Amino acid sequence: MNKDILICGVGGQGTVLASGIIAASALAEGHIVHSAETIGMAQRGGPVTSHVRIGADAYSPLIPFGKADLILGFEPSEVVRNIRYLSKDGLAIVNTAAVKPVTASLSGSGYDGTEMTAYLSSHTRCILTDGDKECQKLGSAKFLNILLLGIAAGSGDLGLQKDTLVSVIEKRVPAKFLEANMQAFLNGFEIGKTKGE
Amino acid sequence: MKEYVMGNGAIALGALKAGVNIACGYPGTPSSEIIETLAKRPHEGLHLEWSVNEKAALEVAAAAAYSGARALVTMKQVGLNVASDPLMSLAYVGVEGGMVIVSADDPGPISSQTEQDTRRFADFARIPVFDPASPEEAFEMIQDAFAYSEKYKTPVIFRPTTRVDHGYASVEASDTYVPKAYDGFQKDAGRFVIFPRLSYKNHGRMEERNVRIGEDFSSYKFNTVEGAASEKAVLASGISYMYAKEFLKDHPEVKLIRVATAYPLPESFLLKALDGVREVLCIEELSPYLEEQLLKLAGKHHLSVTVLGKLTSHVPAMGENSADGVAAILRDYLNISADPAVNDTTDLPELPVRPPVLCAGCPHRASFYAVKKAMAGEKTYYCGDIGCYTLGNSMPLDMVDTCLCMGAGVTMAQGFSHIDGDGKAFAFIGDSTFFASGITGVVNAVFNEADITICILDNSTTAMTGHQPHPGTGINLMGHDAGKISITKILEGIGLQKVVTVDPLDLDKAIATVKECAAIKGVKAIIFKSPCIAIEKSKKKCTVTESCINCKKCIRETGCPALTLADGKVVIDALLCTGCGLCRQVCPVNAIGGDEE
Ligand code: SF4
Ligand code: SF4
Repeated sequence: MNKDILICGVGGQGTVLASGIIAASALAEGHIVHSAETIGMAQRGGPVTSHVRIGADAYSPLIPFGKADLILGFEPSEVVRNIRYLSKDGLAIVNTAAVKPVTASLSGSGYDGTEMTAYLSSHTRCILTDGDKECQKLGSAKFLNILLLGIAAGSGDLGLQKDTLVSVIEKRVPAKFLEANMQAFLNGFEIGKTKGE
Repeated sequence: MKEYVMGNGAIALGALKAGVNIACGYPGTPSSEIIETLAKRPHEGLHLEWSVNEKAALEVAAAAAYSGARALVTMKQVGLNVASDPLMSLAYVGVEGGMVIVSADDPGPISSQTEQDTRRFADFARIPVFDPASPEEAFEMIQDAFAYSEKYKTPVIFRPTTRVDHGYASVEASDTYVPKAYDGFQKDAGRFVIFPRLSYKNHGRMEERNVRIGEDFSSYKFNTVEGAASEKAVLASGISYMYAKEFLKDHPEVKLIRVATAYPLPESFLLKALDGVREVLCIEELSPYLEEQLLKLAGKHHLSVTVLGKLTSHVPAMGENSADGVAAILRDYLNISADPAVNDTTDLPELPVRPPVLCAGCPHRASFYAVKKAMAGEKTYYCGDIGCYTLGNSMPLDMVDTCLCMGAGVTMAQGFSHIDGDGKAFAFIGDSTFFASGITGVVNAVFNEADITICILDNSTTAMTGHQPHPGTGINLMGHDAGKISITKILEGIGLQKVVTVDPLDLDKAIATVKECAAIKGVKAIIFKSPCIAIEKSKKKCTVTESCINCKKCIRETGCPALTLADGKVVIDALLCTGCGLCRQVCPVNAIGGDEE
C-alpha cells in the first residue's frame, strides 16, 4: 500500500497526536512509514501540518503537490491553504468550525470559515463536519483529533483497519479520557461511513 | 527492534549505540530533542546536561574528548556562533576520543534568526562535516562520525536540517547502552595547551590530513551515484537529495550524484562521478557550498562541465527547498512538462494570516502590557531577545523594537541609553536567556554606567524550545536537585540600583513597579515572575458577563487569542482561557468575571 496523508490545522489543535496514531497504526499493520511535523515558532497559533507517508515508494518526508490521498483538516482555511497537496481524486475531511486568528478579531475582518467550506465543497471531494458541535456532544472540544480520525477511518479512504486504530488509541490516550475518546472515534466513524459513500 | 522515532531521536539512539560517554547541549529548534531523547532512554553511566550555553557545552565535552571519552554536543546553527570560540581552537588541538558537534541548520528559516550554512563553518574551522538526508541515515551516520573523529583525532560536525531532525522513520534501536571504555586524560602540554607555535605546526598537519580525509570520504558509503550515465546530471545533498530522488525515480536516465560529506570534499569520488557529464545542476539549501566547490574542482582539473545552481539562479538563493520546489526545478532543467495532477489554485479565496502569537494566558503578555501602560506617552526603547517573548512584537502589544541575538537585549538597551539620554531604555530577557548570555551584559551595563531597566521575564522554563530546565529551575538532567540559582541574588551581587520581583498578572502593582523603576537612574531590574502556562496548568476560566458593553477594549489591548467575536459579541474560548485575568483587569466596566475553577 502507498498512501499519503496530510494533516493540517492551527498550532495547539492536537494535530500531532492524530498523525502519531495514524503512523503507529500503519506500522502495526506492517507498512513502512515516514512522517514530518511542524515544530517551533508556528506551534504558537500558526499554521501547522503533519505529513504521513505510508509505503516504500516515499523518499521525501514531505508529500509532493497533487499526491495526498487524504487531508485531515482541523480548520477550514488551513485545508484551503494546503489544497494543492490533495490529489485529483483525494478526499478532504474538514472540521468546518473556524479558528479565528487574533488579527481577524482585531480588524473585525469577519473571517468565519464559510467562504472556505463553500470553496471546498465546490472544488473537492470532501466530508464537512462541524467538529465543535460534535465535540460538544461529548463535553469537550479536546476530542476533535480523535473525532476526525474516526471520520477518516469510517470513510474507508484511510486504508487502515478500524481495530488497529482502536488499539493504538487505547495505548496513546490517557486512561481518564479513553471512554470519551472512544465515543468520539465511533461517532466519527459513523459520520465517515455515511458521508463517505 | 525497529522503533519509529523522530530524526533527532535517531541521532540520539545512534550516539548511544556508539557508546557516547558525555552529551551536552543548549536547547534550540530544531536540535532540542536529541538531548531530550537521551534523557528518556536507559543511559546509566552517561553524563548528560543542558549546559548554560553552547560555548560551555562544547568546552565541557572537549575535556571529555581529550580524555579519550566519546563526546556529543548539540545545538542549533546560531548556537554554533556562540560556540565558535572554543571550536576554532579545538580544531587545531584535536581530540583523543570521538567528538561530534551536532549543529542543526534551519532552512527557511522556520524558527531562527539566520539562514547560515554550517557546512561553511566546518570548512572555516577545517574539520569534517556529515550531512544526513533522512532519520535512518542520521542513525547510521552519527556512528560513522564518531569513528572518523577518532580515526583522525579531530572534532567533526554533524549537520542535519529541520526536515531530518523533525522527520520520523523506523530505526533499529536497542535499550542496552554500553558506554565506551576510555583511558583518561594523559597530560601532554605540547598537545593540549594552545600556543602560537603549536597552532602553526598543527595548521600544516590539518591541511595535510584533510586531503587524506577527502580521499577516505571518496569511498564513503553515503557519497553515491545513481541513475544512468548521462550528460546532464544532478548533484544534491541533505534533504534536497531525497526530494531529487523522489522526482527522479520516474527518470532513471538521469544521473544523480549525492555528496554527504561536503568538507573535506571527496575529490576523486566527484571526478569519477562527473566523468562524461557536460552539465550539472546543484540542488542544496542555505548556500551554494557544493556548487562553489564544483566550480573550483572544474577549474583545478580543467573539466568542461557547466555548473548550475543558486549562483546561476536555477535554484532559489534563499528559503527552504521542498519536494515540489525541487520537482519544478528539475522539470525545468530536464525539459519535462508540468505535472497535470496538481489542482488548479487560481481561484482560492483569501486566506486569513496566522502569525504565531503568545499563548492565551501567557504571563509575558501581562508583563509587556504593564510596561506599555506605565510608559504611555514616554520616549522608549524596547529591546527584545530570543524566546517566546519575541512574540511580544505582534499587534496589539507591539513591544519589541529590536531583536538581534541571544542576550543582545540588555547590551543594546545600554547602547540606546548612551546615545539618547532622554529616552527610557528597556531590555526584555527570559530566565533561560539570562543564564545563557544575559549576565555578562548586566555586568557591562553596571560597570559602564548605563541607565536601563531590565525586565526579566521569569516563567521558570525554556519555553520556546519545548520547556527544558535551566539553572534557575533546580533539577538538572542527571535528575539531581542542584538548587535553584537565584536571579535576584545574582543581580544583587552585581550591584544594581534596584531589583524587584512582581507578579505580572497583578496589573496595577506591576504598572506601579515599572513606573517606580523607570524613574530611578542607573541599572534596575524587574523580575516578572509567573510560570509558563504549560508548566503550571490552570483550571481557572474567565467569562464575559451580561454587563459587557461590547467596547472590545479587551481584544484591542491584549490581543489574547482566547478572546474572539461570536456574532459580533466578545466571547472567551473556554478551551484556551487559563483564567489569567489580564482582560478582567483591562475591562473598563468590570464585565469579565472569572478565576472560577
Ligand atoms: S509556551 Fe509559555 S512562554 Fe511560550 S507563549 Fe506559551 S505561555 Fe508564553
Ligand atoms: S473590555 Fe469588557 S466591556 Fe469591553 S468588550 Fe471586553 S469584556 Fe466587554
